[in-house]
Amino acid sequence: MTVPVEITINGKACAGEVEERQLLVHFIRENAGLTGTKVGCDTSQCGTCTVQLDGVSAKSCTVLTVQASGSSVTTIEGISDGVDLHPLQEAFWNNHGLQCGFCTPGMIMAASELLRNNPSPTREEIRHGLEGNICRCTGYQNIVSAVEDAAGKMGGR
Amino acid sequence: MFPAQLTYHRAGSVAEAVQLLSDNEGAKLLAGGHSLLPLMKLRLAAPAVLVDIGRIEALKGISASDGGITIGALTTHAEIASSDLVQQNAPVLAEAAALVGDPAVRNRGTIGGSVSHADPASDQPTVLTALGATFNVTGPGGDRSIAAADFATGLLENALNDNEVLTSISVPSVPSGAGSAYVKFSHPASRYAVVGAAAILSVSGGACSSASVAVGGVETKPARASSVEAALAGSDLGDAALDAAAAAVGGDLSGDPMGDVFASAEYRRAMAAVYVRRALGAAASRAG
Ligand SMILES: Cc1cc2nc3c(=O)[nH]c(=O)nc-3n(C[C@H](O)[C@H](O)[C@H](O)COP(=O)(O)OP(=O)(O)OC[C@H]3O[C@@H](n4cnc5c(N)ncnc54)[C@H](O)[C@@H]3O)c2cc1C
Ligand code: FES
Ligand code: FES
Repeated sequence: MTVPVEITINGKACAGEVEERQLLVHFIRENAGLTGTKVGCDTSQCGTCTVQLDGVSAKSCTVLTVQASGSSVTTIEGISDGVDLHPLQEAFWNNHGLQCGFCTPGMIMAASELLRNNPSPTREEIRHGLEGNICRCTGYQNIVSAVEDAAGKMGGR
Repeated sequence: MFPAQLTYHRAGSVAEAVQLLSDNEGAKLLAGGHSLLPLMKLRLAAPAVLVDIGRIEALKGISASDGGITIGALTTHAEIASSDLVQQNAPVLAEAAALVGDPAVRNRGTIGGSVSHADPASDQPTVLTALGATFNVTGPGGDRSIAAADFATGLLENALNDNEVLTSISVPSVPSGAGSAYVKFSHPASRYAVVGAAAILSVSGGACSSASVAVGGVETKPARASSVEAALAGSDLGDAALDAAAAAVGGDLSGDPMGDVFASAEYRRAMAAVYVRRALGAAASRAG
């Protein structure tokens, strides 16, 4: 059975008819066509599917689309204006905070919440804030440096 | 991975949730979904009907109540970790909430879901057992209360009837001047508690005047460590007293030891004494 849903994604209303068992990450990728958000572990551990759901970070592989109907979602595509990079995106680039890039959308979505709650975190606090995000490539050092750099550039924004 | 076919209902009120549970045999409540959905994706659970209570405002929030605080079942771990009311009345609950999983899990996971799921590796059931909390429940016949220590009945099993909803948890304030602590041996991958220990200690005239200790992760449900509490009574809470008291935890763990590929039953029992000792040390240093 399918049911109607409507979710505001990156400020735009997205309506669809979905199976009640569909996971939010699939609505974002397949119905809304926004493939920046990835599916990694699919078991709530890796964080590459992280989006902002009603203003807080959430693993979109562990939310049903129907649960999120009526909510607002921000994905990696929604954090910059599409022309200038968000300071976190810029900092990941400048600090070599990614290799294959698969974890990066989730890392940036989690880091943006971290910086919202704690605009000038220590390296230790950055590591704690990114506890729910796994990277198989970088060894994390440059990710931490990127978030530190972005925090400085954002100056508490 | 995706769950088996299901029918989804969003309940607008507790009464509606109770009605939906009564009308649909085998229906399951959905709160934050961070325990239930992973099980459903693995097909370890396949409820045909889900009743989503996630938007019921009456189940959210923390308020001061007679002698303590009342926490709505839908209150998230993140909200508990950052609540001033919790910090003032039962800081150990905030300490444990901050140790649950990772930030995204804490944003979605609720205290009601955590205790109802009755996973022995979860944190708050152990803390609520030490705090002597009361769980408030609504069903078709009205309301009733269940003591924290009686709520979990076994591995992933609780004392609720199929058509009852846990609405809130009443937490008595810890005595003024008491020191409290929760420490856990986090599983290195999932962050769940392999062993978790909570302690609340009061001192008066240099001697321990009250002690409340619980340990989780070792057996199918959290255990109140009454042997440890008895050993602490009247002691000076010095290192020797705490060592001896923690070693007594074996006496509180006769029942149902669990073991798995990560930690054997024997290892968990050994770690129970170690983590109880750490919780006692931290709580004692904060008391007075
Ligand atoms: C990656 C990951 C790591 C985690 N790490 C930890 C950890 O370190 N420590 C820890 O304690 N937990 C951990 N958790 C679990 C997390 O805390 C869950 O959020 C919590 O256990 C369940 O809350 P929920 O709201 O998501 O419940 P749900 O998944 O929605 O529900 C769980 C169960 O409780 C029932 N239920 C829910 N609400 C009610 C209610 N009000 N009345 C009656 N029944 C109800 C449901 O029917 C279901 O059976 C982790 C989870 C994940 C995904
Ligand atoms: S895909 Fe969602 S946490 Fe890994
Ligand atoms: S850059 Fe490859 S997983 Fe992180």
